[in-house]
Amino acid sequence: MTEKAGRFGIHGGQYIPETLMNAVIELERAYNRYKDDPDFTAELSALLNDYAGRPSRLYFARRMTEDLGGAKIYLKREDLNHTGAHKINNVLGQALLAKRMGKTRLIAETGAGQHGVATATAAALMGMSCVVFMGEEDTHRQALNVYRMRLLGADVVPVSTGTGTLKDAVSQAFREWTSRIDDTHYCLGSVMGPHPFPTIVRDFQAVISREIKSQVMEREGKLPDCVVACVGGGSNAIGSFYHFINDDGVRLIGCEAAGRGIETFETAATISTGRLGIFHGMKSYFCQDDFGQIAPVYSISAGLDYPGIGPEHAYLHDIGRAEYVPVNDEEAVCAFEYLSRTEGIIPAIESAHALSYAMKVAPNMSRESVIVVTISGRGDKDCASIARYRGENINE
Amino acid sequence: MSNIKNAFADGKAFIPFITCGDPDADTTIRAVHEAVRNGADLVELGIPFSDPTAEGPVIQDANYRALKGGITTDKVFGIVRELRRDIDVPMVFMTYANVVFSYGAERFISTCHDIGIDGLILPDLPFEEKDEFLPYCRKYGVDLVSMIAPTSEDRIAMIAREAEGFLYVVSSLGVTGTRSEITTDLASIIKAVRRNTDIPCAIGFGISTPEQARKMSEIADGVIVGSAIVKLLAQYGHDAPGHIGSYVRSMKDAML
Repeated sequence: MTEKAGRFGIHGGQYIPETLMNAVIELERAYNRYKDDPDFTAELSALLNDYAGRPSRLYFARRMTEDLGGAKIYLKREDLNHTGAHKINNVLGQALLAKRMGKTRLIAETGAGQHGVATATAAALMGMSCVVFMGEEDTHRQALNVYRMRLLGADVVPVSTGTGTLKDAVSQAFREWTSRIDDTHYCLGSVMGPHPFPTIVRDFQAVISREIKSQVMEREGKLPDCVVACVGGGSNAIGSFYHFINDDGVRLIGCEAAGRGIETFETAATISTGRLGIFHGMKSYFCQDDFGQIAPVYSISAGLDYPGIGPEHAYLHDIGRAEYVPVNDEEAVCAFEYLSRTEGIIPAIESAHALSYAMKVAPNMSRESVIVVTISGRGDKDCASIARYRGENINE
Repeated sequence: MSNIKNAFADGKAFIPFITCGDPDADTTIRAVHEAVRNGADLVELGIPFSDPTAEGPVIQDANYRALKGGITTDKVFGIVRELRRDIDVPMVFMTYANVVFSYGAERFISTCHDIGIDGLILPDLPFEEKDEFLPYCRKYGVDLVSMIAPTSEDRIAMIAREAEGFLYVVSSLGVTGTRSEITTDLASIIKAVRRNTDIPCAIGFGISTPEQARKMSEIADGVIVGSAIVKLLAQYGHDAPGHIGSYVRSMKDAML
């Protein structure tokens, strides 16, 4: 999909301070050197299989399928990975690469805390030090994950500037990287930021669609009709879509967090409400005001609470290859509760956005058709905040 | 070619940075007047951005204060029009790529020309991406100022050869903010620049004291000071302009 290095159509690029240019150039060189290196790929595969638990299961959601009365629904169980989300796929790849580059320290941003936990985990495993930047607001919403990161040996730095959420954590991680490059790799958690991050993260997450493809072929003898995933920056979605991009018959649907609704200001649905801009190292779509000030976005999901979208998604949207739809808080919470009761699976509130949309379209599809929904993470971390949403206070 | 060269024509240039609209437009206008009256040779005006990723806490806060005060790109243009009634020294904008892009690059840069802005400093627009705005900068005679960092190394020649206006030499790793000590070997960096261009070099990031200003003026053509001035605005608010005037005087006097 990349037309020239680092561009997806008009999107992408490297809009970063001069201080970081040699760092991203060095990263690109290292990635190109190691991505097909047999030792590197063998070591990564072994980690993904033995440590992270890949391949992840493709589960046929029988009760859900019967209840909805339409398409067969399969769940791609990224929630069963070690650390409980898809984030570990990318982090193991980047940490291994960072080690090859001689780096001894990983820094990361985190929203819901899943990427931070994954990075802290990889750092512990590989004997590296780790600092995770997390919006102050999110450290409260996701207190359990803050404790997990500290338990794993990472320093968690609450970021109180701006809106105190994911975008501010990303900004602070970039600032930290600018001040300490020699021994530090910025382990970016999504398919965003300056080139080569959107490509590297996509390649490490593409294992999801590679597995979905062979698992669905094995079970159904055909490709799925539809693949649905949630989109913040968009790493689990691009991972779920990637190997289907050239299969025109497969609908690719990204579900954005609409928060309290796309007609309100309290939303994080970038494709629905944003416009073209330049931020966090990339050209893409962003929620912003008339003068280009980045909007203070909102979603019940800390992991989707980001005002931009990865450049490859922006491109897939431009060419009409993928569809991006808004799902609001209430719909996501209903899906969160529905999957828990119907299949005994508590999904991450992020993944519940994708689930909600699948529940909407499945009844209108034939019983022979197949939908795959990526359950990008597990929902334990969300229980306290969903209870709060429903007016119940539980102690974590 | 803009008027930026005039700032360096008469000895070493002192370049203060002021965030527009912090805490309001009137204070910005008075602060710039005080700075120019006390020896500023070129003025760097910041257009606030919601997420200033190259700034340390001092200038970040100035951005938030100004935006809270209701500043917009159009209001900043108004400030410049007001200043240009009696200020002749070159003035440049420092802001982020999205502020220019979102306004419409041609509309933004042609307005810069119309109101008397001589150059643009965009810390998130490295050499590789400058074609985003360069054609319009050429068309309207606004210099797109390039930056060189302590990590630039093998990139220095490439950047210097195509530099316009002046070269902004970043003194240290990290973001803006005062530093007690600058350890980068700036003399070598500037020597490398000199092999490729004769446009002026100004050093910025971390400079706050007259001693630092003097030391930097020994190796460069100009000295840029931001956070130390913005701190005065944070401390004194509407009463800051007088303090800024005497601070600029003390820095300018210390320089060669």
